[in-house]
This record gives sequence, structure tokens and C-alpha cells, in this order.
Amino acid sequence: MSEQLHDIRLTVNGAPRNVVVPARRLLSDCLRHDLQLTGTHVGCEHGVCGACTVLLDGEPVRSCLVLAVSAHGHAVTTVEGLTRPDGRLSAVQQAFRDCHGLQCGFCTPGFLTTITAGLRDNPTPSREQARDMVAGNLCRCTGYQNIVASVLRAAELAAADHDRRADAS
Amino acid sequence: MKPPAFDYSRPTSTREAVNVLAELGEDGNVLAGGQSLLPLLNMRLAAPRNLVDINAVTELDYLRVTPDGVRVGALSRHSALERSDDAARVQPLLRQAVRLVAHATIRNRGTTVGSIVHADPSGEMTAVLSLLGGSVRVAGSAGERTVPAEDFFLGPLESAVRPGELAVEAFFPARTPGSGSSFTEISRRHGDYAVCGVGAVVELDADLRVCGARAAFLSISPTPLVLDLAEVVHGRSFDDTAIEELSAYVQARIDPQPDIHATAAYRSHLAGALTLRAVREAARAAADLERTV
Repeated sequence: MSEQLHDIRLTVNGAPRNVVVPARRLLSDCLRHDLQLTGTHVGCEHGVCGACTVLLDGEPVRSCLVLAVSAHGHAVTTVEGLTRPDGRLSAVQQAFRDCHGLQCGFCTPGFLTTITAGLRDNPTPSREQARDMVAGNLCRCTGYQNIVASVLRAAELAAADHDRRADAS
Repeated sequence: MKPPAFDYSRPTSTREAVNVLAELGEDGNVLAGGQSLLPLLNMRLAAPRNLVDINAVTELDYLRVTPDGVRVGALSRHSALERSDDAARVQPLLRQAVRLVAHATIRNRGTTVGSIVHADPSGEMTAVLSLLGGSVRVAGSAGERTVPAEDFFLGPLESAVRPGELAVEAFFPARTPGSGSSFTEISRRHGDYAVCGVGAVVELDADLRVCGARAAFLSISPTPLVLDLAEVVHGRSFDDTAIEELSAYVQARIDPQPDIHATAAYRSHLAGALTLRAVREAARAAADLERTV
């Protein structure tokens, strides 16, 4: 059976991308297979694990629970889009490295995107709020302690960045 | 774990969506937030012939808050309702309940009207609509109709929306003067489906004594169950409502089913215990609101 194909336009990590996909293509698969952005990991494919979380117009969503065609005209940020313009790690990425917030790394892209948006909305989370921020993401390695520590560390790093920028200006 | 093939359309107005759905009839299914539908597609538990994607019908992405209540358009995400201070002021139960719908990431995409139409017996917003006596506005090619909550839920995952129709808006009535609300639930893990949940609305008279009390139950019955508890707690002071008779009264009127997550007896126990908690908190909330005005 030949499936009908749809022309869609996405802004992915700031760049306009045109893709031709069948309607049933999941956004997660569109990113990985059509756009070769394999940083987005696909775990459970039914919205439970959170590994595939990307930012859709800035808000975290499960890319396995969004059709690529539904995202037509919208902006997607994947883990590849989190690094700074000069290629250095973002505050959240650096914090994961500092605090050993990952082991196998499979779930990490989903945590990084979720926390990036979470700290934008709440730059100074309490430990309880940090735990709540990552409550929708599963990690089978770390036991979460170091991930929660990473959230708090990322908040510190981001605040320090902010202060440096304020001093420089 | 990939959806089966389906035909797809992406209307950009309510009128166009209704026309497409009317043409498709039994073969048409609406895709809104997709946070319940996409898992069903991915696991191939559903195989619709056609999906009518309303994500581009931006005119349905609204929250209208008036002194009468809160009107939620079919494309409004749970997160918008959760964030709306206006909605929380007019009807506090909305935020109390919507923050318990799955995880924040799911609430960013899932729609309140979609979860109501999905009619899951464990859905928080279905219970809220029933508890408040709200309604759903449904559009079809022949025009619109408004379905009261009590007629809207026909069975598990079955609502009164007919083939060819689109649910365009849910209406949640405002908090009535003297009343307060609470919503509480128990799930295995934070954000999971509730094993049992209870929402309560308690009304107090001028002396802060109970003159009305109702509760709605999640994961207890095939459709949202609302019980009137007034006869048990009528006349009691706002800070003395958590009485054992309340649990017994509820447990005598429910018939929960066992499943992999909980036995019927455990669900019944939870319904009784959570009713005490929800009624106590709702009564206190009502008293607090009275004192601040």
C-alpha cells in the first residue's frame, strides 16, 4: 500500500527544515530517521519513560506522542540544540557532567531538555521542586540522586552565568 | 510500536473540522493533544481509518473566564488551565485537579476537553466536570448542542460525542459563595493513573457549618460517580467533618473492581479514607475563603 505523504516544515534547533513524511510518522522518528538527529532517544514509545522529550515551541513534550505532521509550522529543540552557540556545554549539560548525573546515558537527552525548560520557568528550585521537575522521566541507572543534584548544580551555574553577563554589561 | 497507517486531514477552523468529520462519519477520529490516542496507536490498540487533527484549529485554543465559570476550548492544553490564575480564582478545583493529570510534560500537550471526551474512569477532569455539574458543547453539521456532564459519560472510554461531531468546549461552573473544594488521589508513583481519587466540594453556611457536601470518585466506577454526602455531615462545624460515618457511607455506595493495581477491598478502603481527607480539606478551604472576603 502506498501511503500518502505530507510536506511539513519544522524549525529544528533554529534551522528551517522541510521533510516529507507519512501522517503516521512520529516526531521522534522524524527527528531520528528523516533528520538524522539521533540525540533524541526512543525508549518506551508510549509516553511513559520520557527519554524522547523535546521542546516544542519551548515546552517539553514527548516526541513519541506527537505526530510529525502535527508539529508542522512549529519549533523543535532537541538535545543537539542545547549546547551554547560556541559549542560549549549548556549549564544543564555541564551540571550533569560535574555531578555524574548519567551513567549509560540513554535517558539523558530527555532529562536535559526537561530540565532546561524547567529551570527557565523556575531558575531557583528547591530540592523538592527539582525532584518534581524530573518526576516524569525514568532513569534505570542512577537512582536519581545525582540527577536531582545536577538540577540544583545547573541552577547555580546558570545563576553564575547570569551574574557574569550582568557584570560584563 | 509505530502507529498503523491512516488518512489524515488538518483543518484550520472549527467549521472545516466539523465538515470533514461529518463527511467521514464513523470513520473519522479526532486528534487533539494525542496523549491518550498516540499510545493507543503506537501499541496498535486502535486503528482509525482517518484522523482529523485539530492542532491547527487555533480558534479553539482558549480559556474564557467569567464570573459564571471557566470555558475551555478544545485545543487548550492542561498546562494552560494549570497556569491560569483567573481560572483558579473563579473555580479553585480546576487547578487542584489538573495538576494531578499525569506529568507536566504530558500536560503541556494533552488537552482538557480531549481527556473529557476520552472518558477514562481514572481521568481527573472527567470527575471534576461531573462534580461541578459542568457541560460539554458539541458541534455537528446540524448545529451545536450542549450536553450536561450527567449525560456525557456513557461508559468507560465512551462519551456522548457522536460520529461526525466535535466537542468544542467544556464549561466548568464557578465556585459558589460559601463553598470550598479539594482533590486528592493515590497512585503507585507520582503522575501515574490514580488507584483511587476523590474530589470534594463542601458548602458552609454563615456560621461555618456544613450545609452541602458532594464528592466525585476516580477509578471506582465505569463512569464518574458523584455522591451527595450532605446528610452525613450536615450541620457539622467546618473543622469537624472527618467522621468515620463518612467512610462507611461512601463504602456502602460504591462497587469498585479489582485489577492488577489494587484489590476491590483496597480501592474501597482508599475511597473511604480519601473522602475523609478531601471533605476535611474542602471544608477548611471554604472557611478560609469566607474569612478572606
